[in-house]
Amino acid sequence: MTIRLEPRVQPPGWLSAAITFAAVGVALVISGVIIAVVGGDPVRSYIHILNAAFGSIGVLSDTLVKATPLLLTGLACALAFRMRLWNIGAEGQFLLGAWGASAVVLAPILPPGTPGFIVIPTMMLAGAAAGGIWGLIPGVLRARLGVNEIITTLMLNYVALFWVQFWVFGPWSEGGFQQTAAFPPEAFLPRLTDFASSVPAFDGLTVQLGLVFGLVAAGIVWLFLERSRWGYEIRLAGDSQRAARYAGVDIARNVIVVFAISGALAGLAGMSEVSGVVHRLQDRISPGYGFTAIIIAYLARFDPFKVIVASVLFGALILAGREIQPSGVPAMIQGIILFSLIVAEVFVRYRVRIERSVAAA
Amino acid sequence: MDFSLILAAGIATGTALLFAAVGEIFAERAGVMNLGVEGMMLMGAVAGFSTAVSTGNPWLGVVLAMLTGGIISLLHAVVAIHLRADQVVSGLALTFLGSGLARVFGEGLSNAGATALLPRLTIPLLSEVPIAGKIFFLDQSVLVYVGYLLVPLAWFWINRTRPGLHLRAVGESPAAADAQGIGVYRLRYAYVFVGGLLAGLAGATITLAVSPGWFGEQTTNGRGWIAVGLVIFAQWSPLRAAFGAYLFGTISRFIIDVQGVDTILGTTNPFQAGRSATFFLEMVPYLLVVLVVVIGSREAARKRVGAPAALGTPYVRGERGA
Repeated sequence: MTIRLEPRVQPPGWLSAAITFAAVGVALVISGVIIAVVGGDPVRSYIHILNAAFGSIGVLSDTLVKATPLLLTGLACALAFRMRLWNIGAEGQFLLGAWGASAVVLAPILPPGTPGFIVIPTMMLAGAAAGGIWGLIPGVLRARLGVNEIITTLMLNYVALFWVQFWVFGPWSEGGFQQTAAFPPEAFLPRLTDFASSVPAFDGLTVQLGLVFGLVAAGIVWLFLERSRWGYEIRLAGDSQRAARYAGVDIARNVIVVFAISGALAGLAGMSEVSGVVHRLQDRISPGYGFTAIIIAYLARFDPFKVIVASVLFGALILAGREIQPSGVPAMIQGIILFSLIVAEVFVRYRVRIERSVAAA
Repeated sequence: MDFSLILAAGIATGTALLFAAVGEIFAERAGVMNLGVEGMMLMGAVAGFSTAVSTGNPWLGVVLAMLTGGIISLLHAVVAIHLRADQVVSGLALTFLGSGLARVFGEGLSNAGATALLPRLTIPLLSEVPIAGKIFFLDQSVLVYVGYLLVPLAWFWINRTRPGLHLRAVGESPAAADAQGIGVYRLRYAYVFVGGLLAGLAGATITLAVSPGWFGEQTTNGRGWIAVGLVIFAQWSPLRAAFGAYLFGTISRFIIDVQGVDTILGTTNPFQAGRSATFFLEMVPYLLVVLVVVIGSREAARKRVGAPAALGTPYVRGERGA
C-alpha cells in the first residue's frame, strides 16, 4: 500500500475553510488530551475559556481589548508573509512602537498640556515610525546584503526588550519601580466606558479606539494588496521571485518597503497598547503578541479580513488562558494549532491517494 | 578578574550552543532547516532536569533529554519531509510547541531545589599545560569534554566518510542522490533526529551542568536561536561552529562577570548589576549574532560557499525542484 500526494489544480474554496476549522478542532482535542495527562480537566478548561472570553458583554469587551494588538501585529505579519518575508520581529517592533509613543509624553517631545488632538496623532506617528525603523533594519539587511531575516528579526526582539527595560528601569522609572509615570489623560485613547455618562450601557467597557485603527488598517492593507499595482508586485514576488523579476519588479525595494510598513503596523499596535490600555510604559507589556501574530497570520492565510476573526479567537485564548493552570497551556495550544494548520494545508494543496500496490503494470 | 576563569566558564556555557549548532548543521546539511531548536532545547532541558530530580540520576536525565529532543524533532521531520510543508513555519511551530509543552511539564519544577549534577573532571597532564590547561581541562563538566570530541568527529563524519558523502549529496542534490540509490527520505529523517538528539543534549547541558535549575523559558533565553544564527556564521562547518559557540559562551559569561565588579579601570562600573546601563550590556550577544550573520552572509557570497543547495526544499521523486 502506498500513500501518494497529488497536487490539486484548484482547491475549492469551501474545502480550505472546512479543513482550517477541522484543524483547529483537532488541535483542541490533542491539547485536551495533554491537559488531561498532566492532571487538568480539559472540558472545564475549555468551558472556562469560552465563559471568560465571551460569557458577557463585559468580558467580550476585554477579549476585544486583547484582540486589538493581535490584529495590528497580525496584519504586520500577514503583509510580510504574503511576500514570503519571515518577519518574526513583530514583538520587537511592537515594543519599539510602545517606546516611541511613550517618548512623546515622557521625553517629552510635546510640552505638557498639549491638547489631545495633537498628542494622539503625534504618538501614533512616533509609534509607527519607531516600529517602522525597527522593521527597516532587517529589511535593508535582507534586501541589500542577503542576510537571513528570520535570525535578524528574532535577535532584534531581544534587543528591543532590553531597550525598553533600560528606559523603564532607568531614565523614565517612577520611583525605582519597573514602570514609568502614568501618562496625562490627553495621551489616552478614548474607551467606550469614557462615554458612559451619555450612554449608560457603555459603563465598564474598556474597548478602545485602537480597535478602530486595527479595523481601518485591515481595510487599507487589503486594498493595497488586492487592488493596487504595488500589491500585485508583492503578491507576485511572494508566489514566485523569478516570475516577479522577469516582470521587472524591483524586489529589493519592495522588501524594504514591506518590512518598513510591517514594522510600522506592529509599532502602531504598541502605541495603541500604551495609550489605550496600560497608560504608561512598563516592563512586560506584551505577553508575546508579536509571536501569536505569526500564528494568526498563518491561520488567516494572510487575508487581512480573516486576520480580524483570528485575532479575536486568540485574544480570547490569551485573556481566558491567564487563569488556566499549568501556565504554559495557552502557549502549548498555540503551538499545536499551528502544527495542525500546517498539516491541514497539505490536505488543501494535495489530494491524498491511498493505493493498494496490486497492479504495477 | 581572573581571565582564565572567565574563559573556562565561557567554554562551559558555549558547550550548550555547540551541541545545538552542530545538531542543526547535521539537519541542514541533509537539506532540512529546523527552526525548532529553541523548542527542542527547552524540552530537553525540562526532561533532563525533571528526570534528574525524580530519580537522582543525572545520566538518566541526559538520556531522556536527548530522546525527548529527538522524538519531538520527528514531528518536524514528518511535516517537512513527507508532507512537504513549509519548513520555516513548521520549525516555528515546533518552537512554540516545545516552549509551551516545556512550561506545562516544568510546572513547579523551579522550586524543585538542588539535584545531582553531572560530574566534573580534571584531565591529569593536560590541565598542567600553561594557560590553555586551566581554560579547557581544569574542573570542567564531563559534557564539555563530550563537546571537544564531538566537533572533530562531526567534521570527520561529514567530510571524510562515505555516510557523510551521502549526507552532503542528499542536501546538495537529492535527485542525484536518489538516482545513486541513496534513501533521501531515510537520511533526512535520520539527520533531523540527530539534530533533535543534540538539541535535547544542549538543553540538558544547561539544566544539569552549566547553570542548573529550571527557569521556564528563561532557561534557554533565546540560545536555541543564537545556535541557528551560528550555523549561518559557521557556514555549515562544525569547526567554525565550535569557534562561534565558545566565543559566544565567553561573551555571555563575561557579561555576567562584568556586572559583579565595583570599578573598571579606576572608575565606577556603570554596568554593575542593578544599574540601568546593564541592559545595553545584555543586548551585546544578540547584536553580535546579527553582526556575525551579516559577516557570514557576506563571506559566503564572496567565496561562493553557501547553504546546502537543497536547504528548505522538500524532495519529491520525479519532480523538478521549484
